[in-house]
Amino acid sequence: MANTSGKRVRSISYAKYGYLFILPFFVVYIVFQIYPLFNTFYLSTQSNGSTQTEFVGLDNYEALLVGETGTISHGDNAGNKGGRAWRAVKSDFMRVMGNTIILWVGNFIPQIVISLVLAAWFTNSLLKIKGKSVYKILMYLPNIITAASSAALFVMLFSETQFGAINKMLMNMGMIADPIPFVTGKAQSRVMIMIIQTWMWYGNTTIMLMSGIMGINGSLFEAASIDGATMTQQFFRITLPLLRPIMLYTVVTSMIGGLQMFDMPYLYKNGTSFTKHIETVAVFIYNHFHNAVSPNYGYSAAASVMLFILTAILGAFAFAMNRDKDQKMHKRKKQNKLL
Amino acid sequence: MSVSMSKEKVKTGSLKPKDIIITVIILLICVLSILPLYILIVNSTRAGGDITGNGVSLIPGLNLFKNIATLQDWTNTGKVEYNALTGYLNSGIIALSTTFLTVLFSGMTAYGIVVYDFRLKGPAYTFILAVMMIPVQVTSVGFYQFMAKLGLTDSYIPLIIPAVAAPAIVFFMRQSMKSSFPLEIVEAARIDGCGEYRTFFTIAIPMMKPAFAVQAIFAFVSNWNNYYMPSMILISRNSKQMTLPMMVNTILSNDKLADFGAKYAAIMLSIVPVVIVYLIFSKFIVEGVALGGVKE
Repeated sequence: MANTSGKRVRSISYAKYGYLFILPFFVVYIVFQIYPLFNTFYLSTQSNGSTQTEFVGLDNYEALLVGETGTISHGDNAGNKGGRAWRAVKSDFMRVMGNTIILWVGNFIPQIVISLVLAAWFTNSLLKIKGKSVYKILMYLPNIITAASSAALFVMLFSETQFGAINKMLMNMGMIADPIPFVTGKAQSRVMIMIIQTWMWYGNTTIMLMSGIMGINGSLFEAASIDGATMTQQFFRITLPLLRPIMLYTVVTSMIGGLQMFDMPYLYKNGTSFTKHIETVAVFIYNHFHNAVSPNYGYSAAASVMLFILTAILGAFAFAMNRDKDQKMHKRKKQNKLL
Repeated sequence: MSVSMSKEKVKTGSLKPKDIIITVIILLICVLSILPLYILIVNSTRAGGDITGNGVSLIPGLNLFKNIATLQDWTNTGKVEYNALTGYLNSGIIALSTTFLTVLFSGMTAYGIVVYDFRLKGPAYTFILAVMMIPVQVTSVGFYQFMAKLGLTDSYIPLIIPAVAAPAIVFFMRQSMKSSFPLEIVEAARIDGCGEYRTFFTIAIPMMKPAFAVQAIFAFVSNWNNYYMPSMILISRNSKQMTLPMMVNTILSNDKLADFGAKYAAIMLSIVPVVIVYLIFSKFIVEGVALGGVKE
């Protein structure tokens, strides 16, 4: 490659272009993402119920986390307890946090199990499966369908009004006497969201895990099968342990995705009536600020900041893993060069 | 060598019961994967009364055009704010312009980081890695309030311009440039007197076409499907401005519409374009996912 003097000349004369090429990205990112992020921090210290806000300190956090017994620190009611309004906000917030966790766990576990099994089958050279590429395309299909349209479809199919197609069919067949509340029932609506989310994402996870398994050195499987290891043994002794970094990455990114779950929980409802059993943090945030006349910027922003902290902790893991991958590649390249 | 040879040997053996059982299970999963879509298409061809009376059926009807006509009639008489053509146009404008901006500027940013040496190169890349995982929901309160203050709600500007900065796409473009774009070409172009921008536009972009194409497909599909941002910014719900996913939602939240055939047709029309795009580019998309490309 170029010697040191060549490098110096290049860095002197062309560095300017480096800045020019990355400038648009950073200008737009700072205006449309970084400023809004700081604005969110600022709004989390502001009052609720109006577009004209005033400073209230950490009251919003107290309302969300402590509720009724928290003490108001600013404004006309300074020194008083948060009272009924805060209690309602706190119980809402705790409910949506709980919902988010339940819905994420409930869709992640079936998704990872199905995907692992499928990925192991697809990558196993001892199995003869024809048409793998077609299967992959079909499995990924639900992921690209507009979530708003999927939600509408599932509501229309599973609605408990007299028009819900599934309930109608079950009743016509005499299997049930009354419609099952797939959309408004507590357990039913949650299970439906879990199934829909699994349906949407298992193809994606399968393909990602497959590329992970294909990264494992093939001679390991070779040696194992020569030594008489069965498929199941190979899966538990070779595939799973070596897949751990990718699994961990999948879990972390899926958790970040789970924290922001919005479309399905927001749109899966009968008419305009709201299903509170599946309301997630993202829906809570959206409903509080999305009001042109009296937005609750404070509660919404405080919840966002907490979501940000959670995401940052999870993101730090993913970040470290991405960097490791990069550095490993660097090391390998350097070694190759030396050789 | 020995590995590939023994693999060949294994492949020439005959089908075992295990292969058949596993193939059947996989086929069943694939059927479940597309069953909702199939029912949607079937229902969009059935008469409304048939659906409400008999529930689910797997046999298509003959009412597709009648259903679409009913839907058009609802649109014309103002019963619904759904208008497939307006929706295609609005979603198309947003999705195409965001895709163009995302791919072009992400490519530029990645190119800047890969090709040039400058003092802030390391910090700039670390920054991009660090912010890659920040979800839009976290900044949306601040974003919305900021846009409301600027009077940009009900405008496409906040939906399109932010597409210039897509950290995740910069990350993946940088990866592919590192592995498949030789820097010697840039040096050679310089010796031949080619300017830096011209090198990027006439040499780098054509060479990186596959990587750009994959990111473009993903950007298009995810922007076309986006419900969150448009519904946040287009607050007046003006039917001339709404995107297709928003229109679908108005159909769902309107419980005065009795003809279910037409309602299913409305949903069906909303997903036809993405399904077509997907089927054309499915190979690229599946490959892109395998690279760890997308997790929204």
